[in-house]
Amino acid sequence: MRRGGGWAWGFTAPALLLIGFYLAYPTLATIYLSLFDRQSQRFVGLRNYLDLFSSSAMLTALRNNVLWLVLFTTLTVGLGLALAVLTDRVRYEAAAKALIFLPMAISFVGAGVIWKFVYAYRPAGAPQIGLANQVMVLSGREPVGWLIAQPWVNNLALIVVGVWIWTGFAMVVLSAAYKGIPKELLEAARVDGASEWQVFWRISLPVIQSTVAVVATTMVITVLKVFDIVYVMTNGSFGTEVMANRMYKEMFQFRHFGRASAIAVILFIAIVPVMLANIRRFRQQEATR
Amino acid sequence: MAVVLTALAWFLPTLGLLVSSLRPASDVFNSGWWTVFANPFDLTRWTLANYQHVLAQQGMGRAFLNSFVIALPATLLPVLVASFAAFAFAWLDFPGRQALFLTVVAFLVVPLQMTFIPVLRIYNQMGLAGSLVGIWLAHTGYGLPFAIYLMRNFFGSLPGELFESAYIDGASPLSAFFRLALPMSTPALASLGIFQFLWVWNDLLVALIYLGGGSATAPLTLKLSSLVGSYGQDWHVLTAAAFVSMMVPVVVFFALQRYFVRGILAGAVKG
Repeated sequence: MRRGGGWAWGFTAPALLLIGFYLAYPTLATIYLSLFDRQSQRFVGLRNYLDLFSSSAMLTALRNNVLWLVLFTTLTVGLGLALAVLTDRVRYEAAAKALIFLPMAISFVGAGVIWKFVYAYRPAGAPQIGLANQVMVLSGREPVGWLIAQPWVNNLALIVVGVWIWTGFAMVVLSAAYKGIPKELLEAARVDGASEWQVFWRISLPVIQSTVAVVATTMVITVLKVFDIVYVMTNGSFGTEVMANRMYKEMFQFRHFGRASAIAVILFIAIVPVMLANIRRFRQQEATR
Repeated sequence: MAVVLTALAWFLPTLGLLVSSLRPASDVFNSGWWTVFANPFDLTRWTLANYQHVLAQQGMGRAFLNSFVIALPATLLPVLVASFAAFAFAWLDFPGRQALFLTVVAFLVVPLQMTFIPVLRIYNQMGLAGSLVGIWLAHTGYGLPFAIYLMRNFFGSLPGELFESAYIDGASPLSAFFRLALPMSTPALASLGIFQFLWVWNDLLVALIYLGGGSATAPLTLKLSSLVGSYGQDWHVLTAAAFVSMMVPVVVFFALQRYFVRGILAGAVKG
């Protein structure tokens, strides 16, 4: 470590200025603006928040965000964990993982188009062009309007797209942790007569639990801000609205900057615990360095 | 077995998109894409017309260039700015070092939604809305916390004696940075660069806010999402357009998977 006051400011100034302009100042300004009317001229206190919590569109968005939060997080972490363990035992591990991980590389807009096509609907009797309804017809059922049938089918259909994109991420991170478990530990348990199921729940999972927590946290942060998938596939119609899309509408469609800011602040408040946890984790890391 | 089936199930939607983008419009409209596998070598059932159409007439060609024009500076700039800052945080002692770095860590997960309205207002006043400079700088600002975090962790893992002896030999921090730190960090720089590049390339929201829908500088994601709005059921157009937007990330993914995975693993802390 070198004492270098002058040098250090030179090195950090561009980054600090940019972070100040794009993140620090706007975060404070948005909190402030959320207390003002649509054109940010008149102070209205908590009016925007009260309005939001009594508007049915916003309540739908809140409900859907909770639905996303629970299902998306459970499914990505659960599937990712299962795949991390299962791919470890097969010979073509690399190829299988690459296919499942691939959606992480493409845009959510691209994924939205891919899945809109999977969900394409043709009335019963007509040849289906979407994979999902072809499966329905082949199994002797009626085709479904996946993106229209509310409230559960279409929201689930959208969540599936998110899960399709992010499971690969969970799998890759969890797989790295799983491979780090000492093999002797697992072998010893097996020799002692533990079933594979017991080995997983009693040994593997407790050993990698901090990684599971990191992945789950990442999923929670991601899902709170879910936007692109909904914007492209339904734009929030038929009861599929989410908060981030609602904020976009308040901003550009209704030009209500007070309410748009209030939605952003609600998202921010939901993420503050993660932010504090990050800082604490980092401090601990530094203390042990 | 379960793994093979899952991998296949994961791949089918993308395969369907690729196959459909290469079929004539009437075929896409009248039959499922899987029917081509009955006669896969019937060349009259394959065409590149959809690609010609989206690239030339729907402006996807222009958008493809725009995506590069946006993504390259928006990758290089944050990597460079972050490397300087990360080096100072790792190897220079200055008052406020720890507190400033904790602030950077805090901003890792702040939702971008918190920033749009105030920044857009300033952009409108300064005439930066819709401009390339505006979007380059915005992506730089938003990418910095993660980039600094990643590079600072990497620089921090380099042996300290190296820098000590360089300083004793009279090297300035600037030459220690350029001659020692950067050359030793190529793997980290590659991971970060790829991560940031794909992040920007795949971004819709930031472009939507600062460039706006009908902009001539619209990148692929923005163009594609507006095509979905206007050609909702013309699957031959949409599938080809979507594939154009995916080509670069898919190539990067297969060619540089190792670095990409490393960037993603490090990115587990980013929102």
